[in-house]
Amino acid sequence: MSENIIELINISKDYDGAEALKDVSLTIKKNEFVTLLGPSGCGKTTTLRIIAGFENPTEGTILFEGQNINSLPPYKRKVNTVFQRYALFTHMNVFENVAFGLRIKKFDNKTIKEKVSNVLHMVNLSGYEKRSVDSLSGGQQQRVAIARALVNEPQVLLLDEPLAALDLKLRKEMQIELKQMQKRLGITFVYVTHDQEEALTMSDTIVVMRDGSIQQIGTPVEIYNEPKNAFVADFIGESNIIDGTMLRDYLVRFAGHDFECVDKGFGENKEVDVVVRPEDIKITREEDGMLKGVIKSVTFKGVHYEMIAEANGVQWIIHSTAMSPVDSRVGLCIHPNDIQIMEKVVSE
Amino acid sequence: MKIRWISTPYIVWMIMFTVVPLLLVFFFSITVQTDEGITFTLENFKKLSEPIYLKVLWRSIYLAFVSTVICLLLGYPMAMILAGTDVKRKNVLIFLFVAPMWMNFLLRTYAWLTLLEKNGLINTVLSLFGIKPLNLLYNNLAVLLGMVYNFLPFMVLPIYSVLSKVDKSVIEAAQDLGANNFKVFTKVTFPLSLPGVASGITMVFMPAVTTFVVPRLLGGAQFTLIGNLIERQFVLVGDWNFGSAISIVMMILILISMGIMSRYETEHVGGGFFG
Repeated sequence: MSENIIELINISKDYDGAEALKDVSLTIKKNEFVTLLGPSGCGKTTTLRIIAGFENPTEGTILFEGQNINSLPPYKRKVNTVFQRYALFTHMNVFENVAFGLRIKKFDNKTIKEKVSNVLHMVNLSGYEKRSVDSLSGGQQQRVAIARALVNEPQVLLLDEPLAALDLKLRKEMQIELKQMQKRLGITFVYVTHDQEEALTMSDTIVVMRDGSIQQIGTPVEIYNEPKNAFVADFIGESNIIDGTMLRDYLVRFAGHDFECVDKGFGENKEVDVVVRPEDIKITREEDGMLKGVIKSVTFKGVHYEMIAEANGVQWIIHSTAMSPVDSRVGLCIHPNDIQIMEKVVSE
Repeated sequence: MKIRWISTPYIVWMIMFTVVPLLLVFFFSITVQTDEGITFTLENFKKLSEPIYLKVLWRSIYLAFVSTVICLLLGYPMAMILAGTDVKRKNVLIFLFVAPMWMNFLLRTYAWLTLLEKNGLINTVLSLFGIKPLNLLYNNLAVLLGMVYNFLPFMVLPIYSVLSKVDKSVIEAAQDLGANNFKVFTKVTFPLSLPGVASGITMVFMPAVTTFVVPRLLGGAQFTLIGNLIERQFVLVGDWNFGSAISIVMMILILISMGIMSRYETEHVGGGFFG
């Protein structure tokens, strides 16, 4: 797990003066499932295309197993890509699509047949060899695209929002399948998505990007529980982001109340952003609460209720399985562990 | 369904100017006028199988075929260049390419006449270098030149329109799977452009095989292609029956070649006229 397979060092990319990537550095380990996550236009696809070789970085170095591959054309790189809209060859049937890479590498027919039928079995498409790709459903085309890439046994598989075009149910199924496939085959996956839930479900490491630069790199749990800044917190899941003041180590004031917390090292009386996840706010009787407020709205969300409570001039989003009726007066409690303190992002 | 009556004028038009004339041509082709009146016969078709007419037929097909091949060889790279350039330059290129088509077909062909003739522009320039005048007109080459010049846009435009619709990510996918530029072209780009090639071939071959203006002007009076033969039967000889028979044979030949081509055109889409 410790060996690095891809290293991006200070990569920048300009498109006619518009900066798509700014000084991006990223290390990807062998067998890791890395997700590049961010809103559209954040540079995640550009990063992937630079790894694949479709774009050349304006500045910076790409290493593959320690070797500089900046000037290596895509067809010589040991990576394969699953494209967003599959990019299947419509003039070939399923078998020929999957066999494409092997035929280029001049494998003999017997080996090709064997490998193709193995990989088609793996993606549950045995028996579809002779079908034209146009006759397949979105999910099936997706599997063909994955099979076409995997059959070449790449060391790294690049996936550019591969599930974006599928409906929710199919997407969930494919997420699980892809994750299992990655574990079983021991291939490094670099996965691009704008869907935070997808990123949390599948990844070993999440790289959150915004405006061409990396905001945070960490495991899903780290990213969710300890977002580095308000952007990450806001992008990953729902959260309450409040202006606060770090009075001293382990004590923060926000919403007119002093809270104990577990963070230190910010200095005294420092302006900070405070993040509290909606599920971490406990509703109590009014007299027991750290904050006292009133429920403004209640929405049933299936597993939980989403309630908006107003207390000390702040609108709090609260998720709870127990419903408190609208207009009821309640107390709100937040555990020190559930308070996440972040330095203020300098707005550009 | 209720507004179907709107198509009535068109149906009337079609019957008057397509169906009836076709039937007439067919009727003429299988009859001869004798003293006792009109008799049915296959004599007209038999006449076409005489060596002198077969030679004309063969030459027409041969020249049309060669000019189609030349158009393809010239037109495909042109279409690729058009499809590959950015929008601004593309519009200029397409304009330059299509502009000659706005001029009259006859006029364009006459222009070649003045360029190629004995005292024409090319020979005048050559004589400045002391080169004797060349026989540029009234041969196969002149006719081929005229055909290629006039029909090239019909090859380029359909290929261009298919190529410009090829998804760029498909090309990238091929590169990603290990194909270098040459392999990308032979295994992906060219096969994907085949529908365009097929319609290009049809659109060049059909007018080329039946043209009578080009051989008349650039091939000279004795130069006879099937189009001239038909023209002569109607205008000079007055043998409408034979002229009709040749027309029918040409139509059948064209239908067959269209049938073959439309197989390629619709191969990946399914359906279509001959699908």
